[in-house]
Amino acid sequence: MKIDKNIAISDNGLLFNPATGESFTVNKVGINIIKLMQQDKSVSEISAAVTSEFDVDIDTVEKDILDFGYLLQNHHLVRKDG
Amino acid sequence: MDKGVITIAVSGLNNIDSPGPGVSVIRGLREAKSFDVRIIGLSYENLEPAIYQKDIVDKTYQIPYPYAGTDKLFERIRYINEKENLQVIIPNFDSELYSFMKIEESLKQIGISMFLPTIDQFEERHKMNLTKFGEKYGIKTPKSKAIYDFSEYYDSMPNFNYPILIKGKWYDAYVAYNIEQAHSYYNKISAKWGLPVIMQEFVNGTEYNVTGLGDGKGNTISAVPMRKLFITDKGKAWAGISLKEPRLLKLTQHFISETNWRGGFELELMKDVNDEYYLIEINPRIPAWVYLAVGAGQNIPEALIKLALGEEVDPYESYIVGKIFIRYSMDMIIDKEEFELFSINGES
Repeated sequence: MKIDKNIAISDNGLLFNPATGESFTVNKVGINIIKLMQQDKSVSEISAAVTSEFDVDIDTVEKDILDFGYLLQNHHLVRKDG
Repeated sequence: MDKGVITIAVSGLNNIDSPGPGVSVIRGLREAKSFDVRIIGLSYENLEPAIYQKDIVDKTYQIPYPYAGTDKLFERIRYINEKENLQVIIPNFDSELYSFMKIEESLKQIGISMFLPTIDQFEERHKMNLTKFGEKYGIKTPKSKAIYDFSEYYDSMPNFNYPILIKGKWYDAYVAYNIEQAHSYYNKISAKWGLPVIMQEFVNGTEYNVTGLGDGKGNTISAVPMRKLFITDKGKAWAGISLKEPRLLKLTQHFISETNWRGGFELELMKDVNDEYYLIEINPRIPAWVYLAVGAGQNIPEALIKLALGEEVDPYESYIVGKIFIRYSMDMIIDKEEFELFSINGES
């Protein structure tokens, strides 16, 4: 799951797709996940990073991250090779 | 350093909810880095708002509607020229462009330049010729057909599916979901804009637009893509954002280099569910949202003036992605005498 390299995310959580003009907002956890995705981290690595910060089990986090990934995919924010 | 003042006449002063491009063009001209301007407005009606916006237009003259003929138009421009010594005219209405093209040479002889598409370019890209245009230049377009009588609709319908777009030759477009709607829109459009009326395949997707400028030799001087963020009930952009979409820029450069496009333009495109772009319309003039391009770093009106005056213009190479324009409307309070002055004298 790799975020499209053209996607820009601001520190406030505004996600902007410059090819389509669409913008979305994400919360602080979402910002962290997307920044990790931009560094080409795997789902397990991202899940580990989230669990280290929040009191939640890894299975729940992985499932939520995959759901979030599908959401990004539906909005054409994920690279085709990702 | 004195930049010199250029006197430029501009039409399309109706900055209403479906605005003419005049005011945006003028704002670009007033922000030009290479010259100062004196702006002469050309208006058809006495309630075009920019007539009374003295920070936009220095003086306005009424001009005859295109149906009055090109002789009347030329006579009126000659009169205006005697008073104002015009150097360039930028016509901004689709419906007046043909008349201005017809008198381009005569205007040149009295010292007025323009930078318009050629009549061949103007005709070739016309809505009713769009399918042929697409085939000729290898650009995907939706199927379209010009009809002069509604009986032709029945003959053509086997080649189309519902919904279908019913479009006027100059303005207006409606989506029809059945024959009754199509007939009603045909009548409405033909009564307002005349014949033909255009049937066009409906492309389901998202609309994108590109404004740009071609130098007439195949070079792209400017190109800025935009997506509408807020659309009025007339389908006009009330807000939009500049985009970074290499495919749109490539398509625009292809359009310019293949046609040797001369002048400003707007491409209207639809991206369908398969991620393919379809060219749905080519407007042969600067669009009303051109000020976004100016704000993003490409002053199309300024470059157009320089081309009209025969100067060499370097192509713009970049623009700011993510610039947003948002329109607003505001009530202007004017005295009855101002309105009277323009209505009676045809100038103020």
